[in-house]
Amino acid sequence: MSTASILDIRELSVEIPTESSTLKAVRGISLDLKRGETLGIVGESGSGKSMTALAIMNLLPPSAKRAAACINFDGNNLAQASERQLARDVRGQRIGMIFQEPMTSLNPVYSIGRQLTETMTLHRDVSAATAEARAVHLLEKVGLPDPASRLKQYPHELSGGQRQRVMIAMALMNEPELLIADEPTTALDVTIQAQILHLLRDLQQELGMSMILITHDLGVVSRAADKIAVMYAGDIVETGNTTEVLKDPRHPYTQGLLECVPGYRNGAAQRLGAIPGIVPAMTGTVQGCAFASRCPRAVDLCRTDVPPREAVSPGRYYVCHDPVTHDTAKPLTVETAAHEGAAGPSQLPKPTVLTVEQVSCTFSVRRGLFGKRKPLKALNEVSLSIEKGEILALVGESGCGKTTLSRTIMGLQSPSGGSVILNGQRIEDLPPLQRARMIQPIFQDPYSSLNPRKTIGDIIGKPLAVHRIGTKAEQRAHTHRMMELVGLPARVFNSYPDQLSGGQRQRAAIGRALIMNPEVVICDEPTSALDVSVQAQILNLLLDLRDELDLTYLFVTHNLSVVEHMADRVAVMYLGEIVECGDRDQVMSDPKHPYTRALMDSALSISPGETVPDLGLSGDFPNPINRPSGCSFHPRCPIAEQQCRDKAPASELIDTTLVKCWKAGVSVGRSGNPSINESNNNMEESAP
Amino acid sequence: MLNYVLRRGFMALLVALTVSFGTFALFHFATDPAQTIAGEDAPQEMVDDIREQYGFDRPVSTQYFNWLGGVLRGDFGESFFWKQPVVELIQEHAGVTVMLALASLSVTILIALPLGISAALRPNTWVDRFALSTAVSAQAVPNFWLGLMLIIVFAVTFPIFPVSGDSTWRHFVLPALVLGASSVPAVMRLTRTGLLDVLSSDYIRTARAKGFIGYRLILQQALRNALLPIVSVLAVQLGYKLGGSVVTESVFSMNGLGRLAVESIFNSDIPTVQSLILIFVLTFVLLTLAADLINAWLDPRIRMG
Repeated sequence: MSTASILDIRELSVEIPTESSTLKAVRGISLDLKRGETLGIVGESGSGKSMTALAIMNLLPPSAKRAAACINFDGNNLAQASERQLARDVRGQRIGMIFQEPMTSLNPVYSIGRQLTETMTLHRDVSAATAEARAVHLLEKVGLPDPASRLKQYPHELSGGQRQRVMIAMALMNEPELLIADEPTTALDVTIQAQILHLLRDLQQELGMSMILITHDLGVVSRAADKIAVMYAGDIVETGNTTEVLKDPRHPYTQGLLECVPGYRNGAAQRLGAIPGIVPAMTGTVQGCAFASRCPRAVDLCRTDVPPREAVSPGRYYVCHDPVTHDTAKPLTVETAAHEGAAGPSQLPKPTVLTVEQVSCTFSVRRGLFGKRKPLKALNEVSLSIEKGEILALVGESGCGKTTLSRTIMGLQSPSGGSVILNGQRIEDLPPLQRARMIQPIFQDPYSSLNPRKTIGDIIGKPLAVHRIGTKAEQRAHTHRMMELVGLPARVFNSYPDQLSGGQRQRAAIGRALIMNPEVVICDEPTSALDVSVQAQILNLLLDLRDELDLTYLFVTHNLSVVEHMADRVAVMYLGEIVECGDRDQVMSDPKHPYTRALMDSALSISPGETVPDLGLSGDFPNPINRPSGCSFHPRCPIAEQQCRDKAPASELIDTTLVKCWKAGVSVGRSGNPSINESNNNMEESAP
Repeated sequence: MLNYVLRRGFMALLVALTVSFGTFALFHFATDPAQTIAGEDAPQEMVDDIREQYGFDRPVSTQYFNWLGGVLRGDFGESFFWKQPVVELIQEHAGVTVMLALASLSVTILIALPLGISAALRPNTWVDRFALSTAVSAQAVPNFWLGLMLIIVFAVTFPIFPVSGDSTWRHFVLPALVLGASSVPAVMRLTRTGLLDVLSSDYIRTARAKGFIGYRLILQQALRNALLPIVSVLAVQLGYKLGGSVVTESVFSMNGLGRLAVESIFNSDIPTVQSLILIFVLTFVLLTLAADLINAWLDPRIRMG
């Protein structure tokens, strides 16, 4: 591979005029990318990484202003190229781009085939048949089954993972020399993410393509990028070889980010590091270091002078007055308060708070006016129990029935079979008010789960008013105490949700859920809409509150590093069934079900040097309306046999873990997928 | 798709029948048709005779179904006032209205779509402001006034077009302009906001990243998405126009369905009014149905939903 630069960006700035001032989204960054190389750009939302990606081909929103000393792409300065030149020679032809949101990035009214072929016919003088053949070839490559018939389909007929594959195929139609992928896997399930990243890597090697991979997920960059650039508030604060930067971070922000990732330092039983505050909006003149207000190492100089760019080795530099060096390299932002951690519940047997017994939930779905009603089994005889003070994590991909189960547990959905028992009482028999007192939810999206027309004080105190507890003054006082407990400043009592940051909103949602002192709290992906630094704060808060108030959590999530950090026990769900359930360490380090194993493999912990594993899973998550016969996992299972196709396995207890698999009891269990041992070792290795 | 058409067609028929029965009943409670036919000063026996002869003494529902039965056989009854079959009356007037409606719809499309598209392409520039102020003025100006002004300018001062009548195509130019202009604001605004929405969508960004630019981006990528709401609104506007534009037809002395409707109402000519209302309602529901079908053809999500 040649070592010539394919992309050389110098002093790139993007400014977006707002009503009162100008937002400096990107502030004079320089980047360099060699042929065949992958550059990972990481940072939290608002750091300017997407703007950087869009600026290269000038695809910025119309109001944004771009300036650059040069954007040299293979000898052509894109900063000087006209819109027409860019469209004719570069976009879609020499530089391909993949966007984050597969659900909305394809044109809904045109077929997949048309959208793929037009990319080619627009730029080259080729026949429709040639373009079609290329499209079929690429769809096959990206792993879409039956590619020829896909061409006639429309985007809404495909799942998110399938649409993202179409996006990738589309970006590759003209064999671009550079691929810009902006959060290509963020909206996807973990197993699909691993498959897509794996695929991108294969294609890249095959085509000798360079790639810019933009992501907020440090695990993803650690596996997929050769070089890494950490962006903060529109500037690159640290860059260099991926292994070097992640093993020996110099900038306090890089280090803070890493500390926030569950599992980076030591897996469970550790408080996560947290970066206080939020990314400041860069308006007006910027004085000193943009990170100074959040930096634990900030000195006076940081607030007045722009920090220098310190080179470490060729291609590796950071921008800081007071960098982390080897002798100061200790957990910076980690609060020292000893934390009992998720692993330390006392040994006394605790009473069972919540039992789910053989719960089934069947919806009937009808297609068309005269279509036959078909049953959709969202839950199939699910059994669970949670002890007082325990955190049970419920893991699974979207569509597996997690949400139906949590709705059923909350009594918002009546099961078609079985029962949910809360403190010895069937949940259907409880009057709604009493039920709400005992069980409360925290939802995924704090942007939509809080009423935008109510003040924070109203929102948190509302349950007290509904249940008529205490006088107005007492309710107010109680609300203030709750706000203090969840770490909300008293001054936001009269603020509205849109005046708060995402993290603060989620704190308010937690306060609202806890104010009635419920027996069980259902956390439905409480951090997946948040940045990693905010996620760390919320996870810490949830653990603290559990210890302080002796709470019980059902923690619904797809993020396995969060599971490892938080949970006492783990239940893995697939297509409406619990396929494996047991102690966290058992399930995570010695998974018995092949699906659990694939899930664990797909969790990309931070381990530079490792690649994205090949999961060995075939196909996509099936449509629950057409349940496969026998074991519902068999069509994707790498070790399925005839028995699995014919008969559904029953749950059996193996080493204190409940497993639903024909082959779990047999000792071939682990040989099914060799990468499993490796990846478990990686998890441990990654902790310094 | 067939399913969809059948369901929508059934609903449309129900709506048409409900409305026509409602007006039928109202008319029979509000006026005395026998008296109308006999004339104001007719003796009571004559009125009673007529009532019996025409069957006005029977229950309203019976009368309605008798009339509806006639309609299904193509017999719309005979006009009390003009003393000729309603079918003939409608045939005489419909040509003018259909012609005027189609001409004015073309005017709307030819003005509103280009204006809306250019406004969306350059939001907050002088193009946009010009388009918006045109829309606001068109909305504010009453139809009859615009009609009169056009007559003064283009028929009296500069006699390019005839002042009134409906015998040649030249007679239709000014009224089509007036009637067409009245729908421009709604359609133009919808085009502008719809296209702006589409242009800021993720899939248009994808198309730009693929190398689409200029008219190709608009015509081959954006327009089809933006057309969906416009089709629905155009169908409603065409419905209004086919329902007879009383004011425009009066100003230009055109003998369309609008004037027929007004005159038959003033003269309590129940058979004519009945038939016109049924036709207007049917036109409306059929147009809405047509719009839905066009949208289903444009958008696979509706087609396959």
